[in-house]
Amino acid sequence: MTSGLLPHEAEVVDRQDETPDMFSLRLRFTDPEIQTTYRFALGQFNMLCLPGLGEVPISIVSDPDDRHAIDHTIRQVGSLTRNLGRLEVGDRLGLRGPYGRGWPAETAEGTDLLIVTGGLGCAPSVSLIEYALRRRSRYGRIHIIQGVKHAHDLIWRERYSAWRQHPDVEVYLTADTGDTFWPFHVGPVTQFFERIAIDPAHCSVFLCGPEGMMRTVIQEMVRRDVPAGRIWLSMERNMHCALGSCGRCQLGPKFVCRDGPVFSYAELAPYLAHKGV
Amino acid sequence: MKVQRFLPRDRFPSLLDRLSEAGYDILGPQVRDHAIVFDTLASVDQLPLGITDEQAPGHYRLSASSSGRYFDWATGPQALKPLTFVPREPLWTSETRDDGTLVFRESPPEARPTAVIGVRACDLAALAIHDRHFLHGAVPDPHYRARRESLFLIAVNCSRSADTCFCIATGDGPRVRYGHDLALSELDDGFVVEAHTGRGRDLLDSLATTEVTLDQLQAAEAGSAQAADQQHRRLPAGSLPDQLQAAVAHPHWQDLNDRCLTCGNCTSVCPTCFCQTHVDERSLDGREAHHARQWETCFNPDHSYIHGVTIRAERPQRYRQWLTHKFGTWVEQFGRSGCVGCGRCITWCPVGIDVTEELAALCQAPDTAPGQAPDTAPGPVSGAAPDRQEPGDD
Ligand SMILES: Cc1cc2nc3c(=O)[nH]c(=O)nc-3n(C[C@H](O)[C@H](O)[C@H](O)COP(=O)(O)OP(=O)(O)OC[C@H]3O[C@@H](n4cnc5c(N)ncnc54)[C@H](O)[C@@H]3O)c2cc1C
Ligand code: SF4
Ligand code: SF4
Ligand code: FES
Repeated sequence: MTSGLLPHEAEVVDRQDETPDMFSLRLRFTDPEIQTTYRFALGQFNMLCLPGLGEVPISIVSDPDDRHAIDHTIRQVGSLTRNLGRLEVGDRLGLRGPYGRGWPAETAEGTDLLIVTGGLGCAPSVSLIEYALRRRSRYGRIHIIQGVKHAHDLIWRERYSAWRQHPDVEVYLTADTGDTFWPFHVGPVTQFFERIAIDPAHCSVFLCGPEGMMRTVIQEMVRRDVPAGRIWLSMERNMHCALGSCGRCQLGPKFVCRDGPVFSYAELAPYLAHKGV
Repeated sequence: MKVQRFLPRDRFPSLLDRLSEAGYDILGPQVRDHAIVFDTLASVDQLPLGITDEQAPGHYRLSASSSGRYFDWATGPQALKPLTFVPREPLWTSETRDDGTLVFRESPPEARPTAVIGVRACDLAALAIHDRHFLHGAVPDPHYRARRESLFLIAVNCSRSADTCFCIATGDGPRVRYGHDLALSELDDGFVVEAHTGRGRDLLDSLATTEVTLDQLQAAEAGSAQAADQQHRRLPAGSLPDQLQAAVAHPHWQDLNDRCLTCGNCTSVCPTCFCQTHVDERSLDGREAHHARQWETCFNPDHSYIHGVTIRAERPQRYRQWLTHKFGTWVEQFGRSGCVGCGRCITWCPVGIDVTEELAALCQAPDTAPGQAPDTAPGPVSGAAPDRQEPGDD
């Protein structure tokens, strides 16, 4: 198991371009022993390393039961993610993980799921959706609300349609700015709330994306009497170690890398109320 | 049972001799660049004999003392932190082979057995906090561990406090209680030496000591009492975590905007700060890469940078992180406050900001004068966040 600060060599076994600035990498540790003992939970993340350039935290999007490879979907935003974007099949990089506490998929069993994601890079929500759909009978109704800034950011149009094919799954898509070929909604994710009937006693709410968006959704859920302990958020903070050591990811008393990145709103409420905490 | 002996002043050099014979490198306090620093100690002549320190907010001066003692000063800018949590620690090296494959190799620390003479109760309390952070988390830190285990610690009980010391208020001093191998109480004619560990006892047994007299014990106690009496800085009564959490939007934070330079001196000298930046370098031919960690401060905007957003962009937000972490959220993380009362952050603040005064102001209800809190979010779950101000916005 790789859990310290030393990366292990991994190989790009597949690569897929998702949008002009998003891509997916399928990785495998080159040491078969590390690959076979590697286990992760839904919503955990790895540290991806390009020697000489640095390391970045990236969520795992593949299924925890898939032992053959590890999938990551990455948005090119800065120097490291751009260089990751240049990797081709067969290229090597450093990998260490998995880290953190992921989505409480088991706690949510038997309830309806409301999954709201905003912006791009919401890899954690994709892994959660795929996970739940593969285990469809364990969950009630599934509402997926995906909002992005621009219509062209909505990757995986085929996936959205595939998700819709499942029984009792609703997918709502919206962009802040539409385009000519955009058949869906324009506007904030909140516009859908009126249409969704939520049973506060039997639902689990999962959020990932801009904190402003998450706050708005939380406000609405609290208004609808969803208990704070049934609202879950995946947080992002600066991370250098992923081990609870470097102090960079602190949010109040929490080390997001170790205590999160997924938290219940009950845990975070005091620290989300104010900016710059 | 406590083992206490008396080491006459003229036999003090034999302590260094025994440590050398036992294979230790010896570090001790000495004057350099007008400050007391810990460095290699070849002889007791290098110790700051007859030197004392004057400390005040933003002020540190050495001067001659009337005592003729080695340890008649309180604290220098650093003590143990740079020895165990080093300012820059190489973590691993990687090599890119011709076929593009990579090899990663851990960089083991070169830790030599080291005896440190002259650490104080506050330094040991801070060390215990770092032990908890680096050794007793989910994944013990092998670099810290190697350095930590190489140390033999000879503490000194303070008989004099600086103006900035407040270890009484934090409960960490002035008497040494734990974490040391030997503790010295300096008297005019020698030292009361107390062994706290088996190896401390072995070392003590190898010295030509005498029985401690009651007078000597009382003189040692009187020294500690004097140090305690000299302290006048206090911490606010009641739970600081609760009060700081309640003060998150206190207008007083904005007051720091005009004073705090966000230079990070306080976090550098603070013996409990542990934040790090990981840095990467590549050799010119690109084949080798080096990964190291170095000290970081939450006063650096990069500390909280995530792509496109600096979470603590405003100066008062960064001061709030420092003070709230140190005295508030630290308690939930480590079961105690992150402050051991050493006063270093007060002394070495270039503008003389005093954490005890800031805490006192923050634990007062905001007065009616309108001030601006470091955030303008009106309350819980406000959605009115401007663009690019928040994590996840693009
Ligand atoms: C738990 C977690 C999971 C993540 N999962 C994904 C994912 O699945 N897909 C994806 O595309 N992105 C993900 N991110 C964001 C991703 O880590 C950043 O986009 C990336 O670090 C940016 O690095 P850069 O060098 O390209 O950008 P730059 O802006 O050049 O960043 C420079 C440095 O700042 C730090 N930094 C910048 N942004 C972040 C950030 N968001 N989080 C932590 N450190 C940051 C890093 O140390 C980085 O090396 C995740 C972040 C976290 C915390
Ligand atoms: S906060 Fe200041 S007084 Fe307290 S331990 Fe740190 S440097 Fe010393
Ligand atoms: S967050 Fe600031 S106060 Fe806390 S340990 Fe890091 S540098 Fe020190
Ligand atoms: S990333 Fe280092 S403490 Fe969380």
